[in-house]
Amino acid sequence: MAGSKEIRNQIKSTQNTQKITKAMEMVAASKMRKAQERMEATRPYAERMRAVIGHLANAHPEYRHPYLVDREVKRVGVIVISSDRGLCGGLNTNLFRETVKAMEQFDNDDVDVDICTIGSKGTAFFKRLGGNIVADKSKLGDRPHLTDVIGAVKVMLDAYDEGRIDALHLARNHFESAMAQRPEVAQVIPVPQVEEESLKHHWDYIYEPEAKEVLDTLLTRYIESQVYQAVVENVACEMAARMIAMKSASDNAGDIIKDLKLAYNKARQAAITQEIAEIVGGASAV
Amino acid sequence: MGKTMNVEVVSAEAPIFSGKASFVAAPGENGELGITPRHTQLLSRLRPGEVRLTDESGEDRFFFVSGGVIEVQPHVITVLADTAMRAEDADEAAAKEAKQKAEEAMEQRKADFDYARAKSELIEAAERLRWIQELRRRGVKDRR
Repeated sequence: MAGSKEIRNQIKSTQNTQKITKAMEMVAASKMRKAQERMEATRPYAERMRAVIGHLANAHPEYRHPYLVDREVKRVGVIVISSDRGLCGGLNTNLFRETVKAMEQFDNDDVDVDICTIGSKGTAFFKRLGGNIVADKSKLGDRPHLTDVIGAVKVMLDAYDEGRIDALHLARNHFESAMAQRPEVAQVIPVPQVEEESLKHHWDYIYEPEAKEVLDTLLTRYIESQVYQAVVENVACEMAARMIAMKSASDNAGDIIKDLKLAYNKARQAAITQEIAEIVGGASAV
Repeated sequence: MGKTMNVEVVSAEAPIFSGKASFVAAPGENGELGITPRHTQLLSRLRPGEVRLTDESGEDRFFFVSGGVIEVQPHVITVLADTAMRAEDADEAAAKEAKQKAEEAMEQRKADFDYARAKSELIEAAERLRWIQELRRRGVKDRR
């Protein structure tokens, strides 16, 4: 039958696709494990940092740092952390949806939005839709370093220092498990108050050199570490999402191959039957 | 307690040390700091240099930090170390680069953010994903 060769070709190409998706699945799985380890490694710094800032909030320092003080919000900055590459299911889409929802809320309140994108998917998305991108950093690879995010963060911190933005938000994915990632948009500046239970009596640190300078460094590092942690976590999310996406792609390819094989065998059987019928017909005609 | 304090040395990229120590020396910005247990609360910036501590077994341990912050509480010491070598002008250059890339990206952008389109596109993408999942769940195999 005429279709059998075409079906055979189709099976072949589907098998090739399946090989690729299987390989990608395995690569993503091993990268995810490594990314997860790196993610765990960044946690202690952020936790210790948060503890120190919690102490600060209770220490009644003579100097209130601008990052700790709320002000009237006319313009906000949003740092959006996305992946550089696609083929990772709904990871970026879900995050962008959450971000757009937050941005629309700002818009309704007559608050302008400046965007800082980390990861090229975010850049492409917000560029296409006309967002006001003020800083952009992409191509971080699978092992991002702190140095990679410093520049982008500094743009936003400078904007805050100079009063061009009045709050800074971070849109990022949380790694809950290999199966689940949760998008979230949360405020990072002004730093949300951390409530510490003990140590309510009056005391303060000795600052070296000056309270202002130490706090400056500390809070800048804190914001950087938050963003960095989110970037590292996003890599783990990306790998997990890709692993799942590729797994279902491989399964799909398997199903397609099964169906195609059935169709192929049916066509072959029909061809043989027809041939026999023709021979028998021909023999009886003689 | 009394003789030792908890010490944590962490950097943004990895934890470095966590444990008890009887003495810590750190390169404070206003000079070397020597800290024993029950030191008063102190918060200091660190210069690039060596953090030295004597652990429980009396052994000395050394770490290099390229800067950071040290927090001292009577029984807890936290060293928040910078991983990256930091310099004001290097940070400035990185910031400039990020800005420039954004400007390039902005050149072809439209006047205002198109919320309606963004939403509809995202909803479409999400719906498509949900639909595919739904199909899979139902075991529908009609793909051709």
